[in-house]
Amino acid sequence: MLLMLGAMRPDKPRKTVSRQKANGFLIAGGIITALMAALVAVGWFWTPYPTTAMSRDKFLSPCVSHLLGTDNLGRDLLSRIMEGAGSTFLIALCVVLIGGIVGTVIGCLTGYFGGVADAVLMRVCDAITAFPSILLALVLIAVFGSGKYRIILILGILFIPSFARVVRGEVAKQRTQNYVASAKLMGASDFRIIFLHILPNTFQVLFPILTIGFNNAVLAEASMSYLGIGVRPPDASLGRMLSESQTYLARAPWYALCTGLAIVLMILGLSLISEGIQQRRRA
Amino acid sequence: MKYILRKTITLIITLFIVSLLAFLAFQVIPGSPATSMLGTSATPEKVEALEHELGLDRPVLVQYGDWVKNFISGDWGTSYSYRTPVKAMVMEKLPATGALVVMAFVLTVVVSFPLGILVSRREGSVLDKLILVVDQICMSIPPVFVGILLCFLFGITLRVFTPGRFVPFAQSPGRFLAYMFFPALAVALGRIAVTVKMLRSSILEEMNKDYIRTAFSRGRTRSEAMWKHALRNAVIPVIAVLAVTAAELVASSIVVEQVFTVPGIGRLLLASIGTRDFPVAQAIVVLLAAWVVIVNFVADVIYQYVDPRIRIQ
Repeated sequence: MLLMLGAMRPDKPRKTVSRQKANGFLIAGGIITALMAALVAVGWFWTPYPTTAMSRDKFLSPCVSHLLGTDNLGRDLLSRIMEGAGSTFLIALCVVLIGGIVGTVIGCLTGYFGGVADAVLMRVCDAITAFPSILLALVLIAVFGSGKYRIILILGILFIPSFARVVRGEVAKQRTQNYVASAKLMGASDFRIIFLHILPNTFQVLFPILTIGFNNAVLAEASMSYLGIGVRPPDASLGRMLSESQTYLARAPWYALCTGLAIVLMILGLSLISEGIQQRRRA
Repeated sequence: MKYILRKTITLIITLFIVSLLAFLAFQVIPGSPATSMLGTSATPEKVEALEHELGLDRPVLVQYGDWVKNFISGDWGTSYSYRTPVKAMVMEKLPATGALVVMAFVLTVVVSFPLGILVSRREGSVLDKLILVVDQICMSIPPVFVGILLCFLFGITLRVFTPGRFVPFAQSPGRFLAYMFFPALAVALGRIAVTVKMLRSSILEEMNKDYIRTAFSRGRTRSEAMWKHALRNAVIPVIAVLAVTAAELVASSIVVEQVFTVPGIGRLLLASIGTRDFPVAQAIVVLLAAWVVIVNFVADVIYQYVDPRIRIQ
């Protein structure tokens, strides 16, 4: 006990987080992300079995010919997960692109010019981000209906404020820097200053929120498709597979476990990378 | 007092704006509810008569005013599908969701505070690193999947409870709590992870500040400095996280109710969206939105008690 107290004395220099450990997150995240990206990319061109091919081998547990087993209709689970992951990945990517691009442009403009528009828009953003995005998405789906493209649009619009807020804060900070003043003295236009000089300097804060946004999009899409108000039947989705698999949880647990694991790995990979980068910057 | 008064006025204004938006959202829906209520027997005359009966032919703002007045006086309208008062329908389902959210919130606080304090005391230890990794994993599991995992592990493998067989409180309070523990854990797990991480970094940041060094120089031990000085400041940002948690728990409970077939307002909301029963959906949306606004108000009030500096601004 005494020894431990000694070890905790404040005058002892703090152990800084070593570079090695920070890279642990990065490496693990990189491997998981690469694995899922490969699964998704391969799934677009080739799957072990056609995703709709039914067979008499229902509820086959994982074996050599069906690596992750088969589902209630005898379809190969690995093939279906590859297809579902691809669909979920594309939806999340589009959501982040819509939210990220529109949010960044709004954040840049309001952060740079300030004024009444800035104050009003940021109040609106604060209000929107105060509500859980799944709740807002539910309302919008109730009003506009579900389906792949509607989900992308609804989530994309809902994600704009989170990007706009962060970018705005960073741009407002950068605006007072000397390099902006000197660019102005050299006669650069506002447009040029914002997008050529300031924007590249916001990438440091932009990357983490892009990964968080992607993860939230995966989560929202999976949850809504699970509830039956997201992606609709002809389109594949991990969330919908999860809700189907729950019926057969006792008979074919691998169905739910593998599907859920695919979602978890998709989210975990990027969140580990983001965490690794943040730790590295702190160290 | 002045601060609370100002915040209360903001709260009331926000509630009005939120309710107006929720009201308007359901006005945008194409097609008159009268048409869908009448179904195949709809003729233009009948639709018009029913619209008049329901008051749908008046200006939107008048309808909103009426709706707010009725909502406050306890008349939440009539369900399109069941032709029964919405309030009774919602109130019947509210206790289950309320219990789920309260249990999940208590679970979050009870687990994450001791854990967060523990890991911040052991910074850099194996335990600290382990919890950091477990935290990251827990944050990446969607509540739906946590629910399914719990069903599989405790329901099917260990047979602690029967998934899908909800026990009403009136039937057996003990078994109700035992059943609800699992959905509550499913909802809370991710938020516990977030809170632990937040608390840890907040405490570590405070422990590096000058006033802690001053406390040490006056002979405080490390744990005295933490409990008597650092913790109070470290908790301030965590209150904001807990406010977000209280809002998020409600959103995830909508999903998790479905996993465990808990008859709460989340399931009612989904059913009403599915059948386009908008008076019910609208009432639930307004309630959930009001919950988010009120939680933020309470957080603001707690803030100024914990951190008197805020009152000056």
